[in-house]
Amino acid sequence: MIPTLLRIAFTTLRRDRVVQMSVFLLPIVFFTIFAAIFRSQTRGVTAGVRAAVVDEDHSEASRRIVAALAEEKGLRVRTAARPEGAPRGAAEVPLDRARALALVKAGDVPVAIVIPAGFGAGFGAFESRAAPIELLSDSSDPVAPQVVSGLLQRIGMTAAPDLFEKLGFSLFERYGGPMTGQQREAMRRWTSSLTDTAPAGPGRAPGRRSAAGDSLSASIVPVRIVDVLGDQKRNPVVALTAAGIAVMFLLFSASSAGGALLDEVESGTLERLLTSRAGMGTILAGKWLYVTLLGVFQVTVMFVWGMAVFQLDLMHHLPGFFIMTFFTAAAAAGFGLVLATLCRTRQQLGGVSTILILSQSAVGGSMFPRFIMSEGLRAIGRFTTFNANALDGYEKVFWREAPLTDLWPQVLVLAILTVVFLAIARALARRWEST
Amino acid sequence: MSVLKVAGARKSFDKTQALGGVSLELGAGELLGLLGPNGAGKTTLVRAIAGRVRLDGGTIELFGREITAATNGARAGLGVVPQEIALYPLLTARENLSVWGRLHGVTPGDLAPRITRALDWTALGDRADEPIKRFSGGMKRRLNIACGILHEPRVLLLDEPTVGVDPQSRERIYDMLAELRERGVSLLLTTHQLEEAEAHCQRIVVIDHGKVAAAGTLAELVEATVGAERRVTLTLDRAPDRPLPGFEAGESGVVVRAHVRDVAAEMPGLLGVVRDAGCKVTDVEVRSPSLQSVFIHLTGRELRE
Repeated sequence: MIPTLLRIAFTTLRRDRVVQMSVFLLPIVFFTIFAAIFRSQTRGVTAGVRAAVVDEDHSEASRRIVAALAEEKGLRVRTAARPEGAPRGAAEVPLDRARALALVKAGDVPVAIVIPAGFGAGFGAFESRAAPIELLSDSSDPVAPQVVSGLLQRIGMTAAPDLFEKLGFSLFERYGGPMTGQQREAMRRWTSSLTDTAPAGPGRAPGRRSAAGDSLSASIVPVRIVDVLGDQKRNPVVALTAAGIAVMFLLFSASSAGGALLDEVESGTLERLLTSRAGMGTILAGKWLYVTLLGVFQVTVMFVWGMAVFQLDLMHHLPGFFIMTFFTAAAAAGFGLVLATLCRTRQQLGGVSTILILSQSAVGGSMFPRFIMSEGLRAIGRFTTFNANALDGYEKVFWREAPLTDLWPQVLVLAILTVVFLAIARALARRWEST
Repeated sequence: MSVLKVAGARKSFDKTQALGGVSLELGAGELLGLLGPNGAGKTTLVRAIAGRVRLDGGTIELFGREITAATNGARAGLGVVPQEIALYPLLTARENLSVWGRLHGVTPGDLAPRITRALDWTALGDRADEPIKRFSGGMKRRLNIACGILHEPRVLLLDEPTVGVDPQSRERIYDMLAELRERGVSLLLTTHQLEEAEAHCQRIVVIDHGKVAAAGTLAELVEATVGAERRVTLTLDRAPDRPLPGFEAGESGVVVRAHVRDVAAEMPGLLGVVRDAGCKVTDVEVRSPSLQSVFIHLTGRELRE
């Protein structure tokens, strides 16, 4: 009896490509995406934190730290940029605090490292009077300032050991009495050897550096992290989470609602509709509009829930929210119609949409933040998924509080996607027209 | 005068010929039965008339005007009732009528009275506001037809409108169709229910392998195929001792059969043969040729599926 039942099950599996895809292809696709994301994390290099660097101190210590930061493989440092508002081809000028802050607020970099005036005077003193390096951070990427802070401790030890040594002995003389001429000459030779053999930046004596960094990390390079975007916001991360989840479920509901077209084929109502005054173009337009409005309603309900339960600040962002939600829902509806017109049955639609939507959502940032992805994967997400573009728009609205005009790149991409999806769906739907 | 005229309709799907030059005419106020085995081309022909199939050759004229699949606006006077229950199950009967009426161009002002009439016509008035997923098959079939006539077409195509319903619902559906005919609507109906076609259709077209095998009234078809002879079956009180002249022996010895063209003239002679053989007649059945026999004669007994 059991062999017969197994035979039925395996024969069905052999002939059901959708189940085969769900069982074998989907896990492989997901494994690949997750492996690509987390491999870049464990390597610690490909993710390369983008950071703007401003030297307001212009001391020997600050110059060495800037040089070491530039050589640090874990960072991608910018020390110059076009003046704000300058045309695309304009020459870059060294960054100042205001320009670096603008870069952080615009989302160009997640953190700006500002070495304030007076930093060098207190460098290595292990005393509270030292002016701390300021990390102007975008806390939507909480990892970047922590990484930079850690790297600064390491760089502080390795970039200027001679300065540490000099300051240490001056302290010794202040509290322990002056050194003899012989001691002073020995000191000079050692300091000289440190300067000659110790290029700035990482790469030397990791054991010693690590030990020092661990024990002194709190005081070698004083650092103050300033959240320049999230400080005045009420629970802003909820908005980004809501957007990520909303976009993914928007795709699912669009695919499901688009699948109503397949139900209409199955039940014969599409055939009947086509004998009425409604042509295929009208039918698709009607379906698209319905799915779009459904999507707008769905996302609105979700954000209202976020507002009621998680203090999401929806009311102050309504125009941007509705612009992004409409264009996102419109593109999602087009995508749902493409899937529905591409597939032959509901079952096929279920399998194909699950694979495509989950993959898009993973790469596009709906499942985990894109700042933990490598640059390459982020670029793939931006060019292959509409999740990434939609989430960038929501981020501008809720996080960066950008003016509505700043949404044009995302709106343009979503509008183009909508048109392309509708054109594809229209072409695919020809199979249901007169034969 | 014909309201619908199909001439030499040809259509192939890949290498399969669905229509091989079908011609037929539907007269004003006529109920024309379109019969044929599965795959004969009935549905393809109906879909071609409805504009859902582009013909490879031949013409279709509706109210004297040639129409093709690409002709816009020429089918306003045409109604189509598909074989499937092509309705929205979560909508009520009234809502279904409303949306299909609007989709067929009924103006909002005309819609309400037409819906009321349709609900009366289908005897669904007391269930008008229930989602139709709770309806029986017969109720859905009646509503399916009503949704096809809200725009008051002058020609109605019905693709197997009584499939899967009980005899009472079938009778009700044919009563509805008779009312439509009384209003002057011309009906083209495909069906596998031969006795229904026999009982209700004025003329019958039998198609097979995409071609018209025969067309005419039932009497004409009978005459042209199996002939007009009646079959007389006699049941006797005992089996005769020898074969009776003019009779065929039936399944059991007490049943004998004969064929006659004129029952009144030939019957006395047949009874005389029985009497002469010393038998008595306990039962008599006289049967005229049926559409079933005509159909089998025209299309054979071979399975088509």
